[in-house]
Amino acid sequence: MAEKAQETQIPFAFPCRICMRILDELGGMFLFMLESLVLVFAGWGQLRKTVRQIYFIGVQSVSVIALIGLFTGMVMGMQLYYALAAFGADGFLGTGVALSMVRELAPVMAAIMLTGRAGSAMTAEIGVMRISEQIDALTIMDINPMRYLVAPKMAASLLSFPILTAFFNLIALWGGWLTGVKLLGANEGVYWSSVQTSLQWADIQGGFIKSLVFGLLVCTICCFEGYWTHTRSGHAGPEGVSQSTTNAVVKSCVVILAADYVLTSLLW
Amino acid sequence: MKNSTAPSIRMENLTIGYGGNPVVKDLDIEFPGGKLSMIVGGSGSGKSTLLRHILQLQPAIAGNIFIGGNDMSDLSKKEQHCIRQRTGVLFQDGAMLGSLKVVDNVALPLREHTRLKEDQILRIVQDRLNMVGLGHAAELYPNELSGGMRKRAGLARALVMDPQVLFCDEPTSGLDPVMSAELDLLLLEMMRHFDMTMVVVTHDLASMRGLADHVVLLGEGKCLYQGSIEELEETEDPYLRRFLDRAAEERDAPRLTMPPIGREMMKLNCDSIMSDKDTVR
Repeated sequence: MAEKAQETQIPFAFPCRICMRILDELGGMFLFMLESLVLVFAGWGQLRKTVRQIYFIGVQSVSVIALIGLFTGMVMGMQLYYALAAFGADGFLGTGVALSMVRELAPVMAAIMLTGRAGSAMTAEIGVMRISEQIDALTIMDINPMRYLVAPKMAASLLSFPILTAFFNLIALWGGWLTGVKLLGANEGVYWSSVQTSLQWADIQGGFIKSLVFGLLVCTICCFEGYWTHTRSGHAGPEGVSQSTTNAVVKSCVVILAADYVLTSLLW
Repeated sequence: MKNSTAPSIRMENLTIGYGGNPVVKDLDIEFPGGKLSMIVGGSGSGKSTLLRHILQLQPAIAGNIFIGGNDMSDLSKKEQHCIRQRTGVLFQDGAMLGSLKVVDNVALPLREHTRLKEDQILRIVQDRLNMVGLGHAAELYPNELSGGMRKRAGLARALVMDPQVLFCDEPTSGLDPVMSAELDLLLLEMMRHFDMTMVVVTHDLASMRGLADHVVLLGEGKCLYQGSIEELEETEDPYLRRFLDRAAEERDAPRLTMPPIGREMMKLNCDSIMSDKDTVR
């Protein structure tokens, strides 16, 4: 009550408090990311857990990534073919599909799909461990929960995101070929040669850097939300976990798109 | 009877709470070494909060905690790690890691903190599981165990590093009276076997009367009593008396019966329902 009364007297108190809370959370998240990164390189003893996480985040996501990659490539192939054919430029179909996929769509789409499939599971798993005192139990056993729980997920994300993005690229290029060449009749040789000639090393490198950054951001946000789920005011227990999971997915998607813009500006 | 070497736990001017808001203020209490101490009190009196602060899961607002004479806030990280490794905790629901089998849960501290060979680790784990009567459940996952079994598995894990201090957070909550009594006896047996200092948070006053060497009663934001159970039973303090009498009433409570007025109301309702039914027909 006293706080509210004080707020009405001080101008901009409410927006300032919101800003402070956001800065506080961003600071906490940054420190969380740094600690987990340090633990990734310090904790080689976690190899078995890391491999298990690679299987969960990477291997089990292959089918979803393949499906999304295929349909994204097919749509791109179709749309670009109609647009380019109107100007007699359907020879550039491969260029269009390859550049849009490698530079933008593959890293972003793969990251968003992985957020939905693996990121939400990370938040829920860590959140449930938090509310059922499993994280406290690790602390009491003198086992660093960040090293035991977060570091393997971080290592697996940093490995899986770029590999799955590369896989997305391959399938999407094939999807573009399927619609552009096989269904709509563009020249096959021209399609593949334009793919080959238009793609520069910088494009591929840029796509990989993006996917690496997205992996880092998604894993940080999702693990952070789960790890601190008990501090969420007004939402304790299972409700807090569901709230954290929703928040993690929404924040990750927004951050992926924002980071994509920043990285695109910096890389090209 | 040999003297215990288990450390005592002492708190000086300890104020505990959440986010700077005190729940219990100025605690000056001591849990004697080698004894079974119980923290009791009503809901929201700060029992579990005190336990979390002793375990350093939350920082205290003010004051100091001493384990075996060492001020926990003055210790180096390495010294704190040493104390942690000799401290066992039995959480309310066992807090077993859901992704690991019982055997791996119990073996976890040994695998993380010792250089024992795998066969030695498994031998120790099996020994602890046998002690708590779960020798047959080693290959099960925690979600395949009953509530009581989960607690016993949690106890096996808490004992695997031969702790000098064991903390238990409401060990008998959610258990039927028979299982509660069994778990109480098991805790007592383990305390004697491992020569430990044991601190149990409970609201189960039957357990308190049966087991405690030392009692700390929290309420009204402070420590209302600390001392032996016998002295507590003889107290004339009105609040403590009310607390103990209420507990005794709960223990000896007769079967609840409906008051006469309630019976009349129910009869009236039933009669009106029956007459409505007749009308419908």
